[in-house]
Amino acid sequence: MRSAVLRVAGLLMRSPSPQRGEGWGEGDRASRQEPPHPALSPLGRGSSERLVIAMVFISAFFCSVGTRAADIPLDQRRSDSDFVSADTRAMQSDDTANPAMLAVLDGETLWNTKAGATNKSCADCHGDAAKSMKGIAARYPAFAAELGRPIDLEQQINLSRVTDQKAEALPFESKELLALTAYIARQSRGMPVAVKDDAQAKPFIDAGRALFEQRQGQLDLSCAQCHDDNWGKKLAGNLVPQAMATGYPIYRLEWQEVGSLQRRLRNCMSGMRAEPYDFGAPELVNLEYFLMWRARGMTMESPAVRP
Amino acid sequence: MARALIHVPASAKKGDVIEIKTLISHVMETGYRIGVTGQPIPRDIIDDFVCTYNGEEVFHATLYPAIAANPYISFFTVATESGTLAFSWTDQHGATQVQTAAITVE
Repeated sequence: MRSAVLRVAGLLMRSPSPQRGEGWGEGDRASRQEPPHPALSPLGRGSSERLVIAMVFISAFFCSVGTRAADIPLDQRRSDSDFVSADTRAMQSDDTANPAMLAVLDGETLWNTKAGATNKSCADCHGDAAKSMKGIAARYPAFAAELGRPIDLEQQINLSRVTDQKAEALPFESKELLALTAYIARQSRGMPVAVKDDAQAKPFIDAGRALFEQRQGQLDLSCAQCHDDNWGKKLAGNLVPQAMATGYPIYRLEWQEVGSLQRRLRNCMSGMRAEPYDFGAPELVNLEYFLMWRARGMTMESPAVRP
Repeated sequence: MARALIHVPASAKKGDVIEIKTLISHVMETGYRIGVTGQPIPRDIIDDFVCTYNGEEVFHATLYPAIAANPYISFFTVATESGTLAFSWTDQHGATQVQTAAITVE
């Protein structure tokens, strides 16, 4: 209780987040401003009595949800598609209406396009993607022995481009990389998520879980507070989904384009007023790995449509 | 050439009402947004869509900046005779893309 009161008091005073050692706003340390005086808190100057009442009220709320629920039981897991409108679901399931299918078609073209010093296409080695890539996206992120750490599907595509095709890596979130990812992920639609969780992978999944449960940013929120503890409730106009990452890359209506899971994760971090990790950062891959492990056995829906 | 997806039933009975669905990739840039450099991003939209059935116009739409990226247009028509449906999208610069689909009417 006491720590919750302190935490809320900290929130009201807009103290910087302790976890990331971040200060105020952006820019170099010298240009940052000091935190505002407590009397300038949002509750008004010197209204200490109201402040205490508000603190007790808000801390009661935090205490009521303070003890973190455990993982979502396996049989209560639901696809993120269950939390979007019927219209959006219909758009996702109709291949003529799903705008991500345009990216899938682009990806098919790229799959058959020769690239790099070897002048080989993906198809020259892997053949028909409908056969060779079936179920592949459902097994990523996966441990890459040559790097000694897990990589996601986008990074695997680039690894193959650099080492096998002797071509340049495609930039993260480029149209080409998303198209190839969407095309490969499409081949796993309807298959169960089956990422490896052996002893080699375990430390990375655990690191992803730690990040999922860690409070971060100026709002001092963790992923788990929304997606484990409060799924099904509303955040602004939208239902909070369980964050089962079975549909990536997704076409997000807000973006009006296709985007990766890393983009989505960075989005949530900005929302928590945390500094997002860079694209390709091991922390993001660990988080992706944990999310896919958390959705193990659930059906792949790539490419999904989200609001 | 922009990527387009068209769904037309391969065959239909004479007099049937058939649903036609089209999707084309396009940024549909409104012209109201500001880019990272602070400059306005110029407007770039498809502003005209026509469907002809064996040369006869059966559907026509005018598009405005409020239409989202990758416009999806679906409509109904009556299957009258075997032949070709032609779809054409014209952007504000006058460039036109045409795609066709065949239908057999029994």
